[in-house]
Amino acid sequence: MTSAISTSTVRLVGVAVAGALALSAGAALAQTVKIGTPTFLTGAAAPAFGIPAKNGVELIVRGINNGELPAPYNTKGFAGRQVEALIYDEAGGGTKQVTEMRNKVQKDNVDAIIGIISSGTCAATTALSEELKVLTIQTVCGTTRVFEELNKDPKYVFRTINTATANNVSAARYIAAKMKGKVKGITGINQNYAWGQDSWRDFRLAMATLMPDVTATKKPQFPKIFSGQYGTEISALSRAKENLVHSSFWGGDLEAFIGQSSARGLFKRKLFVLTVGETVAYRLGKKFPQGIMVGTRGPYGMYVANDPSPINAWFQKEYRKAYGEPPSQPSYQYAQGYLAGKFAYDDAAKKAGKFPTTEQVIASLTGATFPSFVGNVTMGLSKGHQIVTDDRWGVTVWDDKKGEMVLEDVVIFPPGCVNPPNGVKSADWLKGGMKGAKC
Amino acid sequence: MDFELLLVILVDGLVYSSYLFLVAVGLTVIFGVQKVLNVTHGAFYAFGAYLTAYLIGLWAKGGLPDAGGFFLIFISAAILGVVLGVIIERGLLRFLYDRDEHIAVLATFAAFLVLEDVILLIWGTDPYLAFQPMSLLGSSEIAGLVFDNYSLTMIVLTFVVAFVLWYGLNRTQFGKILLAVIFDREVSMAMGINVTKVFLITFIIGTFLGALGGAYHAPIISVQPGIGVEVIVLAFAVVVIGGMGSIPGALIGAIVVGISRAAAVHLFPEVELFVIYGIMALVLIFRPEGLFAPIKARKI
Amino acid sequence: MNRLFDKTFWGLTIGLVGLLALNFFLEEWMRSIGLQSLSRGCVAIGLLILWRTGLVSFGHALFFGFGAYTVAMMQILGVNDLFVLLICGMATAGFLAFFLGFLLRKYRAIFFALLNMAFSMILYGVLAKAEWLGSTDGFGVKQVSFIGMTPADDMYRPLLFVCAAFFAYISAVGAHWYLKSTLGMMTMAVRENEIRVEYLGYSAEKAIHVKYVLSGLLAGVGGVIMAVTVGHVDPDSMVYWPVSGDFVFITILAGTGNVGATFIGALVYELLRTYAFEFAPHLWQLILGGSLLLIIMFLPDGLWSIRSELRNRRELRQAKRDSDNRAAEVRR
Repeated sequence: MTSAISTSTVRLVGVAVAGALALSAGAALAQTVKIGTPTFLTGAAAPAFGIPAKNGVELIVRGINNGELPAPYNTKGFAGRQVEALIYDEAGGGTKQVTEMRNKVQKDNVDAIIGIISSGTCAATTALSEELKVLTIQTVCGTTRVFEELNKDPKYVFRTINTATANNVSAARYIAAKMKGKVKGITGINQNYAWGQDSWRDFRLAMATLMPDVTATKKPQFPKIFSGQYGTEISALSRAKENLVHSSFWGGDLEAFIGQSSARGLFKRKLFVLTVGETVAYRLGKKFPQGIMVGTRGPYGMYVANDPSPINAWFQKEYRKAYGEPPSQPSYQYAQGYLAGKFAYDDAAKKAGKFPTTEQVIASLTGATFPSFVGNVTMGLSKGHQIVTDDRWGVTVWDDKKGEMVLEDVVIFPPGCVNPPNGVKSADWLKGGMKGAKC
Repeated sequence: MDFELLLVILVDGLVYSSYLFLVAVGLTVIFGVQKVLNVTHGAFYAFGAYLTAYLIGLWAKGGLPDAGGFFLIFISAAILGVVLGVIIERGLLRFLYDRDEHIAVLATFAAFLVLEDVILLIWGTDPYLAFQPMSLLGSSEIAGLVFDNYSLTMIVLTFVVAFVLWYGLNRTQFGKILLAVIFDREVSMAMGINVTKVFLITFIIGTFLGALGGAYHAPIISVQPGIGVEVIVLAFAVVVIGGMGSIPGALIGAIVVGISRAAAVHLFPEVELFVIYGIMALVLIFRPEGLFAPIKARKI
Repeated sequence: MNRLFDKTFWGLTIGLVGLLALNFFLEEWMRSIGLQSLSRGCVAIGLLILWRTGLVSFGHALFFGFGAYTVAMMQILGVNDLFVLLICGMATAGFLAFFLGFLLRKYRAIFFALLNMAFSMILYGVLAKAEWLGSTDGFGVKQVSFIGMTPADDMYRPLLFVCAAFFAYISAVGAHWYLKSTLGMMTMAVRENEIRVEYLGYSAEKAIHVKYVLSGLLAGVGGVIMAVTVGHVDPDSMVYWPVSGDFVFITILAGTGNVGATFIGALVYELLRTYAFEFAPHLWQLILGGSLLLIIMFLPDGLWSIRSELRNRRELRQAKRDSDNRAAEVRR
């Protein structure tokens, strides 16, 4: 019995060792930059976020490797080396993602991680990125906890999307600017997990500062994520005396909610602000309600569909050609992470005179201002690790000529208007009445 | 509390109860007869939803009348009941009846994992929408609120399904045979009952019901990956509350949870999320066999 | 050979020494796989203890999650030593098992399995929904100290591996000795016929209760190891029902013949998962589920049965040779 256990264990581990050696030998030969990219390939977050994000990555990597992108990104690869994107599944929860990221870094020897959709994954893997000393560019998650609580002194972790706070502050600003007198009170329906809870809290606090005489409900709805059946909540919202409904729903939950609410006339009774509504607007097409405020968390997707900036024009044209539909926000956000990567690698290589080390790449990215799809963006917060971009809001309207949903009455809020000043925690900033905002 | 609010809670509660019952009844039928907690049930639900949404999409593209959607719902469920039911029962479960009960549960768990990915292979990750039947039926006003008629028909369907099952079990010959098999499989076999056939038919019925749950919800929800996992939890909770294997139990369990949840959403939304687990915990502590558990004989 | 220090004991001991030696050569990702196997292995031993009585739990993620969350909560309270955390994790999981045991010891067969699942779902519901318990995001787990010592960065995980190996070793040996004790053996009889056991003067319910608490403790150990290894706890990967399913999977994979085999089962599962995930990111569930089905159908007694099968064949061959020899002698 004794030998059976130990020999079979040894044999199994032996096989694993041999496999690993073979893999690392292969990695040393090829002169590529390996990038691990987690995105939802399975599960409920795949259709609205995961797959468009993956498409965006595949397109931008093709563009980068062939040098197809307009200037200043018209050189091939990251610092001259071809980019190899290892796309893997983000489903399964934070703990599993920690394991997967470790595998990608230690087993597959990736040079950097660019991606991550869920705030849960970002929160779970931030400490690991620092431990493994791997450059990590988080692209979609919005939780402020990453740099304000979990990783106050970041070195390897960056984020190239505004926090969720910015998204909800700009929504409140838009309402204050455009709907004065029309809004009698606010209520909300958000999924009962960190994203939904944070979104509602930020929105409520921002509204309390900007429109103090508008009351907020004491009974916001927090249904379980992925519940898919919102009949009772729709009744409760219809009966509520507040006339503006805030929701950070996304993906299938949002589509189901829109279908059920349309059938019950809720969109005719209430004003709506959908903070990431754009993720389903193209898919639903004409079924998406008109006259709804939708957000994209920055200059992405629908808001820049007609922007003539060269990089954006290239992306719009090639994306529609490759996938037969316009790119929505996750495609942009993931691609922006890769642009940040290209900028940092190229810049570091120029400074170093040779292919840069991770530390040199990080030095180039920290606090950098780099050209993105529409104009420059800056890594302006959290010691130069958190991006600040403008944020845009408008109202949906169906364009018969184009055959797709477009936005009207768009207002662009500059980065300083919707983000706290450097060094101030988002929650404190909101509670303190958003002092120091530059609008 | 005003009368209107009570009425709204009742209607909302019944709609949600119907949803729960349709989701849970297939699970309880199979458990009652075969003593297998059929985790594959979640995949049956997902298959039902996908096939229906897909067919309704094709139907609409073909320019055929929207009313056909209802026909497609039942056709999809029936096809899946037979196809998946036979594959899982004949291809997998029948080899496991003689082994420990939990092996069968684990096998259905494995089959569930496989079927989830099969769905992905067939239909991809894009969500399917099939709102046509819901739009077709329009809406009506109750207590000053607009309700969509499609959801209201779910209540009717629930009572129809419950009645047919009750009638089938208590008033037909097959029902009597079934009861004999539930009570003692070996003796029934000795009495000349073809237990193999009974099991297959029950499993097909259970599969049909699981698929019907998904098929009937397809027009309301967005049909997308992952819907099956959620359903398992809800269905299991209802079945535990009502008593595992009991059809009236599933109905009562669904109604108790549905109405309590509706009351919570309207009155105290902050506790809504705990309602189903709270009821489950109470039932488990005071009546762990569920509200309507069938009596068990203890073998010596 | 002494009753306590039998072949399995020495096998486990050699296994431990082997692991400690291997620790010097492992690449970091392999060590992580090893740590997770040790963690899941501990839980699976707990399941094996129950299995010997014919009871299967589809909800042991409940205790696993309790152990793991205890680590996170204690760290928030400022406790950071691995050994203290281990004791706390075992204590909370053990107490929970003790209380639930009063209810669950009355149930058998599938009802036992499913009531466990129901309780784990309640915990899942509470964790996922209560904001102060981290909601769906869960908590991060910081690096721990070892009896007050904080090792250098590159020594941290090897040291953790040594500790985890010791924990698993003690769990496995303890479980093995328990199963060989009178109390342990008696519960196997419960599986066959409970009422006869009671006529012998033993209380089957009490024996099951003891087993239940033991399995809860072991799952707690597994949870603590997992939380510290991964550095994060969240409801989806610690308490959700498929997690419990994975534990039963490992138990079936390993077979219930031997506690040591459980760790091999856990390792095979970990490798299967890692490679399925790597080579088929879209279809890893299919590979995992498919392997499970194959094992259920063709290896009903788990990997361990391959070994007994081989031994049986060898004995058969030996017997055949013997009889051939005898026949030859007779002919002569």
